[in-house]
Amino acid sequence: MIPPAPALSEAATVLVLACLLLIPLAIAGIALINTGLGRSRSASHAMLAALCAVSVAASAYFVCGFAIQGFAGGPAHTITAAGKQWNWIAAQPLFLRGLALDASPACLILWLQLLSVALAALIPLGAGLDRWRLGAASVSTALLAGLVYPLFAHWVWGGGWLAQIGFVDTAGSAPVQAVGGLTALAIGWILGPRRGKYSSEGGLPAAIPGHNAVLVLFACFLVWTGWLGLNSAGAMLFGGAPVGALVRVGLNTTLSAAMAGLAAASITRARFGRPDASLCANGWIGGLAASSAGCLFFTPAVAALVGLMAGALVVFTVEWLDIYGEIDDPTGSVSVHAIGGIWGVLALGFFARAGAPVQPLAQIAGVATLLGFVLPFAYSLNWLLDRVSPQRVAPEGERQGLDLHELGAGAYPEFVIHREDFLQR
Amino acid sequence: MRLAGLLLLVAGWAIVLAAFLMLGATVARAAFVAAGVAIEILGLGLVARSHVSVREARR
Repeated sequence: MIPPAPALSEAATVLVLACLLLIPLAIAGIALINTGLGRSRSASHAMLAALCAVSVAASAYFVCGFAIQGFAGGPAHTITAAGKQWNWIAAQPLFLRGLALDASPACLILWLQLLSVALAALIPLGAGLDRWRLGAASVSTALLAGLVYPLFAHWVWGGGWLAQIGFVDTAGSAPVQAVGGLTALAIGWILGPRRGKYSSEGGLPAAIPGHNAVLVLFACFLVWTGWLGLNSAGAMLFGGAPVGALVRVGLNTTLSAAMAGLAAASITRARFGRPDASLCANGWIGGLAASSAGCLFFTPAVAALVGLMAGALVVFTVEWLDIYGEIDDPTGSVSVHAIGGIWGVLALGFFARAGAPVQPLAQIAGVATLLGFVLPFAYSLNWLLDRVSPQRVAPEGERQGLDLHELGAGAYPEFVIHREDFLQR
Repeated sequence: MRLAGLLLLVAGWAIVLAAFLMLGATVARAAFVAAGVAIEILGLGLVARSHVSVREARR
């Protein structure tokens, strides 16, 4: 059985609380990126969808998410196979009943997870921009936060079977980033591309640029700040890191993001003649996503290398998925969060510093679980939801923009007029 | 094709699980894990291809 997190000193508890207070900045940053990379005619909708997703995710996690996820050392259901007991789901009461709600590690983990699930819930919104109905997105978020995320997070952080075989993830490259990113992939497949993205005559897909690059790039700074809190809190609560180790965590997080951003800028400069702002932002976030798993176990040089590779992977896979996969993912959330996160998990297996309790085979098993369980599970749930009530907005609503269609008012009524939105065709 | 791809994803995962449950030797376990991941990649390719095919048919 995986032992529970050790009790923290008063200073460490205060530090964890301070780190937790930074994480909403990452959530706000991802919401801004989603908004800035979408069309102006759906900007209010994107921001409101983010707020709804956070609300629904927190509610679903409160109702049943934590009961499924639990914490290491807490009550859990096990199955016996090959003569060994395997922990597969927690047995906490619903509605957070029975928790003392003090500064114990279990309660700090609860708060961290409430924020992490909110962050994960925003990732699929990026793949469904400009065409995902608000109601459908909310129900889909409830399924993610109340079922898919807690189950996988229990296996990793709640003393579940992945933790039992030696899988390690300090702050969520797999449970937060990859789970969110693979759900985004399922959503991208189910919703299909935006109108006009792929021509009936074939050829290259149309580029549909985001409407506000400043929002997107400013959000990168917010996300970086939030990620420092996320990785530091995860390192202390899940990695058992002492206060002094947070220097390593902060350095590694920053180096990974910096190298990923530089890699994205260099590659786009070399390929297109000038750096691409949205791909640079994607690269930056991809570096952060990759840093989460091993920020406690990398040396700074390895963290820089992991970031460099993450930035390159994000740039190439965004283009590949767009052209060859025909996945219309306006924010690149599949590349940034799924591929960046999976790369971080694998990199931890192969490049962890000497003495770290990491096994490459266990890390590969974690990735196999993401692909073989999380993706089909998220896809099936969202496919069923789509059968019950179509997730995609009507063609008229997409042409008009989701702001007018679903909210009744645009985000920029004084400045932006799309003449074609109001003309009968 | 889509259903086959999803089933291959799950089947690959089942092989990885079985490797950890039933095999003790590191080399045999690694071989089975590699086989399971390869099957998952095949399944992922099929699911991706099925979505592209649907769109091609609609054109």
